Amino acid sequence: MKRFLAILLAVVLVAGLFAACSGKTGGEKKEALKVGFIFLHDENSTYDKNFLEAAKAACEELGAEPVFKTNIDESSACYDAAADLVDQGCVAVFADSFGHEDFMIQAAKEFPDVQFCHATGTKAHTEGLANYHNAFASIYEGRYLAGVAAGMKLNELKEAGKLKGDVPKMGYVGAFTYAEVISGYTSFYLGAKSVCPDVVMDVQFTGSWYDETAEKEAAQTLINRNVDLISQHADSMGAPTACETAGIPNVSYNGSTAVACPNTFIVSSRINWAPYMKYMIECTRDGKAIDADWTGTLATESVLLTEVNEQAAAKDTQAKIDEVKKEIEAGTVKVFDTAKDNYITVDGKKVESYKADVDSDADYTPDTEVIKDGQFMESSFRSAPYFDLKIDGISLLNTKF
Amino acid sequence: MKNKEKVSEPLFHIVKRGNLPTTKSWLIRIVSIVAALIVCGIVTVLVTGENPFEVYGTMISGAVGTERKIWSTAQNTAILLCISLAVTPAFKMKFWNIGAEGQVLMGALASATCMIFLGDKIPNWALILVMVVASIIAGAIWGFIPAFFKANWNTNETLFTLMMNYIAIQIVSYFVFEWSVPAGSGHIGIINPTSNAGWFPTIFGQKYFCNVAIVIVLTVIMYIYLKYSKHGYELSVVGGSENTAKYIGINVKKVVIRTMILSGALCGIAGLLMVAGTDHTVTRDTAGGRGFTAIMVSWLAKFNPIYMILTALLIVFLQKGAGEISMIFGLNESFADILTGIIIFFIIGSEFFINYKLKFREKTKEVKD
Repeated sequence: MKRFLAILLAVVLVAGLFAACSGKTGGEKKEALKVGFIFLHDENSTYDKNFLEAAKAACEELGAEPVFKTNIDESSACYDAAADLVDQGCVAVFADSFGHEDFMIQAAKEFPDVQFCHATGTKAHTEGLANYHNAFASIYEGRYLAGVAAGMKLNELKEAGKLKGDVPKMGYVGAFTYAEVISGYTSFYLGAKSVCPDVVMDVQFTGSWYDETAEKEAAQTLINRNVDLISQHADSMGAPTACETAGIPNVSYNGSTAVACPNTFIVSSRINWAPYMKYMIECTRDGKAIDADWTGTLATESVLLTEVNEQAAAKDTQAKIDEVKKEIEAGTVKVFDTAKDNYITVDGKKVESYKADVDSDADYTPDTEVIKDGQFMESSFRSAPYFDLKIDGISLLNTKF
Repeated sequence: MKNKEKVSEPLFHIVKRGNLPTTKSWLIRIVSIVAALIVCGIVTVLVTGENPFEVYGTMISGAVGTERKIWSTAQNTAILLCISLAVTPAFKMKFWNIGAEGQVLMGALASATCMIFLGDKIPNWALILVMVVASIIAGAIWGFIPAFFKANWNTNETLFTLMMNYIAIQIVSYFVFEWSVPAGSGHIGIINPTSNAGWFPTIFGQKYFCNVAIVIVLTVIMYIYLKYSKHGYELSVVGGSENTAKYIGINVKKVVIRTMILSGALCGIAGLLMVAGTDHTVTRDTAGGRGFTAIMVSWLAKFNPIYMILTALLIVFLQKGAGEISMIFGLNESFADILTGIIIFFIIGSEFFINYKLKFREKTKEVKD
């Protein structure tokens, strides 16, 4: 008992000492709108850093007061964090990781007066809650543009007779066989194919969104298979650094890797979340309804490309990207154009009808016809991508993830 | 006498203390905590320039500032305590079970599996019963395997249990991917979100009430088991000396295996609480490192379940406070971890000064000679 009392005393003492000092339990008494943000990690992760900076920029511009919760697991910790943000007076709460979704919905049901916005989620359009919303961006357009840069590099290598094999071959390091990744690598491949028609691509999956070693190994596997260029959809520096070491050109994601990879980095696409966050805050402030699904585009500046690294890219890459970007915005180029000849084929045939699993369920029931007017309508039935066709020209080396 | 000058006595040496008077041991603990707070304060000012008192105040409000936070702290304490209770009998037996992480995960996976496949097939009470049984068996098996090898072939249980963690993590990863919604996303999401099948009920408006209540009962049972039962006595004898145990006719093999099954089963229950009472899903991070933190909780409390309530609370309190600091002050969470580290270091350090004392060289001696 002695020891119990001793520890108890120690705890009480700590508590007492702490309590004696007045705590700072929130922001100053400003009239500013309070907006809560939930992040899976903190600024040490490139994925979360992208969101953090967007949130800071959006709040600063609109004079809102942000409250950040970092390192929140995809568990009930997310619900607890959301509820606590509501307790602190936040009128809108945003969460950045896919696995947060169900816990955000749980909170949204409990607090109908607060807006809950979730990036990359898939359920807002089926949940039918007035205060729960999903958001994504048409990043496939950005990847297509990055693919154009890749195709130009392949053409340059071809002309110089520096291809490793008979046909230009790209490698792609993906996280999971998830629609978001499939949509990403397919649009990247199609961008390259638009300028370099005989290109093929190998995809290697890692089974994790962030695993530096696995991504490095996957890139090495591709390099050993004699690819001429690599791109990736995973969040670590594994693939870019493997490329720099081996001298293989790299098209990056999430942001520029030019500093670490000056000789191989060509260009990178990324999602800019600031426009959505501004939209979310403005709607909440003005009492307007937020769309259940919001998809940012090139036009909303939600999809961005970094500067082209002249040292590694082919000549006139920037000019070509600008040109194609204008065509996409004008609608003359469609990324998932299913009517175009020699473009999107499955088993040698054009795709005329396809039902995708837009309303997520445990049995993956295809429920929505997504081919309309000669194109695959990506991100129009919900914001998160659902393109999961396995098209010709792309070989998946492992599909265990 | 000539030699005398050559003998150089060290500046101080360490002497084991006898039983220290209660008041004195308290004094040492209080001094160490005050010292920890002072050091934390100095570090805070030097590194961040923030007012340390405000930082401490924020920690308090982060852990117990609102009713919701109190419940959240209670629920996290309950889970950590449950895993600490689980590892205790094994550690008391000097069986270094660092596989709690994996045992918890297997229990969690078993519960989640029942929820997914039986959710709409049997009544809720039966489902929960099946989940309890399944999670206990799953955890127990994960505890039994290393114990069986240790008992029969004297394998190294530290390595064995550690490796079992990775196997469990990969098994969970595999099924989480197989059952993920939407396809390929690597997330199961909340299971049975509308029917709530297999969820612990909300009692007195509190969804964490069941978890807390169950762990309180387990704590009392474990206290009685360790202190008053024959089993509890046997395992402490085995921990003290295996040869003594053999000499007085204790079947060491049997005790090792039995205790590890108990340890694993309790971890399985912790997994059940995580899935049925808290998260309603399973991921590879469900255990979240608590299988390792629990070891510290158990040791700090010197394997006494009642003290463990406090040591678990202390750890959770510091973690919750740390999260609040990073939110309010915009500091990186690592800073809050530094403060937590300093405080725990001093608390552990105080035990040293309670058990030992420093004896300094006496200067006057030689002069007199």
